[in-house]
Amino acid sequence: MKLTASHLTKEFNRRAIFSDISFTLEIGDSLAITGKNGAGKSTLVKTLAGLLSPTRGAVEYLLNGKKTEVDALRDHIGMVSPYVMLYDEFTAMENLTLLSRIRSNNLPIEEQSKELLERFSLWNKRQELVRTFSSGMKQRLKFVFAVLHRPRLLFVDEPTSNLDAEGVRVVRGMIEKQKKTGMLIVATNSAQEAKWCKKRIHLG
Amino acid sequence: MKSLSSTYAILLKDAQSELRTRYAVNALFMFVVTAAVIVQLAIRSEQPSSSVLSGLFWVVVFFAAMSGLSRTFVSEEERGTSMTLQLVATSSSVYFGKLLFNIVLTLLLNLAITLLFTVVFPGFVVQTFETFLLTVVLSSIGLASASTILAAIIAKANTKGTLYPVLAFPILLPLLMTAMKATARALEGDPFGAGIEEYQILISYIMVITAGSYLLFDYVWKD
Repeated sequence: MKLTASHLTKEFNRRAIFSDISFTLEIGDSLAITGKNGAGKSTLVKTLAGLLSPTRGAVEYLLNGKKTEVDALRDHIGMVSPYVMLYDEFTAMENLTLLSRIRSNNLPIEEQSKELLERFSLWNKRQELVRTFSSGMKQRLKFVFAVLHRPRLLFVDEPTSNLDAEGVRVVRGMIEKQKKTGMLIVATNSAQEAKWCKKRIHLG
Repeated sequence: MKSLSSTYAILLKDAQSELRTRYAVNALFMFVVTAAVIVQLAIRSEQPSSSVLSGLFWVVVFFAAMSGLSRTFVSEEERGTSMTLQLVATSSSVYFGKLLFNIVLTLLLNLAITLLFTVVFPGFVVQTFETFLLTVVLSSIGLASASTILAAIIAKANTKGTLYPVLAFPILLPLLMTAMKATARALEGDPFGAGIEEYQILISYIMVITAGSYLLFDYVWKD
């Protein structure tokens, strides 16, 4: 899998959020997107993931050497972001099951979800409604949801927000694993987190 | 195949969510009961004609649908789960999943309004059951189809509450006029074949609105 961003520009009401961003990522690569609040980190992440269209430029994905539309890459993309919320009225396990069913990738998620929920210390809370979770627990569950289908490309926007020291340690382990087996894009304010990645783009 | 199972999963998710939160059902049924009671108080012992009763029936259906059907997309926006759905499903799966959910909801709504009208208005007696059934089923599908794309549009707007009926009225007008005419036929006891023109209009309406909505939905849903 290969991601190529060419001269990406995004404007809202003719105001440029970011402009002329170009880079290439392949399996084993990791990219940190840094910048102060409002610099456009989250917007760039959404644009790369196909959730927003760029005003100019293009995002191109190659899967097994073939140019592939981002819509066809759902099974290969995972995302943790403040903009990606889970359903409060469902339990943690129901969220994972329902969203996997909607994704329809036919992966057996039971074993994988058990392992991930245990790693994030959520196994005992799996039958509780997400609305009763603290913000840190919700962030942990978002990580479980994002990596449940073993994505080749993982987007992480503000990875450690609301997490305690134990949560940060688990996330760090997951990110190291992702760097070895796939591609990673991290949007962050933290210089420490930016060091997790090989490449860096600074916005603003 | 994958798209079909994804569509079905979205329908199930929405149904399960609705059973827990009752976002739409409460709004719909409270409106229906209130509207029927007000109409009953207004007409008292008058004996309205079939045309008037048919008109009242579809007025209640229209405004009840306006108060409930938009919830499918508005609730996703309010809970911040729109992007989650975009990550896991194609636009077409989301559209058809939501459309099916709205069709089920509209059919239940029409069933409830029919029962209520039968109890509250002695003159509301269906003489040609097949005409009434076909009209209600076709109109429910058309109403749900138009409401689904409008709900997706207004979910992205700031003035959700006021925009929905304003946008919906001109789009639903041909459907409502035809449905009123066909319902009046059913109440008057016209034979089933007499309403063939109305059935054709309703079927054409469904096809045009659903095809147009399907083509438009990707642009509405993404940005």
